[in-house]
Amino acid sequence: MSLRPATPVLSALAALLALAGVEGTHARLTAPREAARLADEAQLVRALGLTDLALFTEARYTRHPALADLATAFQDNPLSFEHFPSGSLIAPPEHFGPTALGFAPEDLR
Amino acid sequence: MSALNRQRALLDFTVAALARRRIKNLALVAVFATVVFLLASAMFFASSLRREAEATLAGAPDLIVQNLSLGRQAMIDAADLPKIAAIRGVATAEGRLWGYYYDRISGANYTVMVPSAADLVPPPGEVIVGEAVPRVRDFKWQGTPLFLSRHEGDLVRFDIARTLGSDVALISADLVLMNEVDFRSFFNVPAGKFTDLAVTVRNPRELSTVVEKASAALPDARFVTREDIARTYQKLFDWREGVMVALAFVAMLAFAIFAAEKATGLSAEEAREIGILKAIGWDTRDVIAMKLWEGGLVSGGAFLLGTVIAYAHVFWAGAPLFASVLKGWAVIYPDFRLTPAIDALQLGTLLLLTTLPYAAATVVPVWRTAAADPDAVMR
Repeated sequence: MSLRPATPVLSALAALLALAGVEGTHARLTAPREAARLADEAQLVRALGLTDLALFTEARYTRHPALADLATAFQDNPLSFEHFPSGSLIAPPEHFGPTALGFAPEDLR
Repeated sequence: MSALNRQRALLDFTVAALARRRIKNLALVAVFATVVFLLASAMFFASSLRREAEATLAGAPDLIVQNLSLGRQAMIDAADLPKIAAIRGVATAEGRLWGYYYDRISGANYTVMVPSAADLVPPPGEVIVGEAVPRVRDFKWQGTPLFLSRHEGDLVRFDIARTLGSDVALISADLVLMNEVDFRSFFNVPAGKFTDLAVTVRNPRELSTVVEKASAALPDARFVTREDIARTYQKLFDWREGVMVALAFVAMLAFAIFAAEKATGLSAEEAREIGILKAIGWDTRDVIAMKLWEGGLVSGGAFLLGTVIAYAHVFWAGAPLFASVLKGWAVIYPDFRLTPAIDALQLGTLLLLTTLPYAAATVVPVWRTAAADPDAVMR
């Protein structure tokens, strides 16, 4: 029997699907181990009182974005703009209390 | 002929037709798969990091109290501690000692910290270090002491009590843990001063009340709740994923132009082919089914290929393409493994965004041609 034209294509697709299945199984099989690792990390975070991920270690405001000064771009001197590349990957902080002072004209009297 | 056999025959015909323009179609699948690969990698990477941050930072202190002076953070006085501890609803309040140390030898920044848990406090003259510290200092033998130099001519020796494993590298890679006496003498921090205060509350729902009372007690202080920390990271990952997706979007746009050109601008040859098929008795439905197969094979195959490679790239190879971007200028980059985290909704969206438009772009012009009179099309 001669090979039908679609057979190699279908086999390739089946191989890809099988690989996707392997990856899905990998995700499922590693889940308990990874959950244990995350629990270890959470335990260390609790024990040390950590607040941030050690992803960017080059500057204070990239190492601890959650605790950084609000004027991060100008913190090193008044004219210094952001000069670390990871600064472009970290959005400026937001949500730190009310920012508008609400008052009516009669309040000033 | 059963419906299945019919579709199989159509599929054979489609593959044979695609094989006639083999190079062009393989290139199309390759470009398509690359776009999917980039988008899916960014998605996997960001959702994995996000999950990591959510799971681990859930253990962060409920509230951090910082002293602000001249618009930036300053040391906080130990006398402020009882003021916070006295607030009803506060379970514990303790002063944290931590700071940064720039290592002139390796050019790396370390985060030096006094651990609050007793079992992590090293004995005097010893430190517990994160996974990256021995790596960047290139320690060759077990038990190499860590020499820290604060200025020219100064060298302080610390023995390494323990190294934290690479399992926890993402949160601890650059840590150097010292005991309080060593910390105060090394950094010259006077007694009665802390970096900030860490507060835990009994009932998380009372946190806003505690913050309110605390800000009345310490009007100059800044309060960072665990919610703020979570929001910061949420935003950070959204932003970062956004940056990557924006880059991939450019690629996608280029691909869209490429695909539209390929799919909509039906070449004279293809139109002629459809005309011949119609003339020898093919139904309009058959022609459209064939083109659907074509679009499905190309876009489905490319999606599958791109996603499978993206998974391997991020979770098996450790996302080498993104690591170089994220490393930035930092000397220390944690050697961390990513936990597979797949967001089915995002993956579904990616599938729809990549395959549907392509299938539509293939079918619509064919439908217009196939509906016309074969004689007119072939002429």
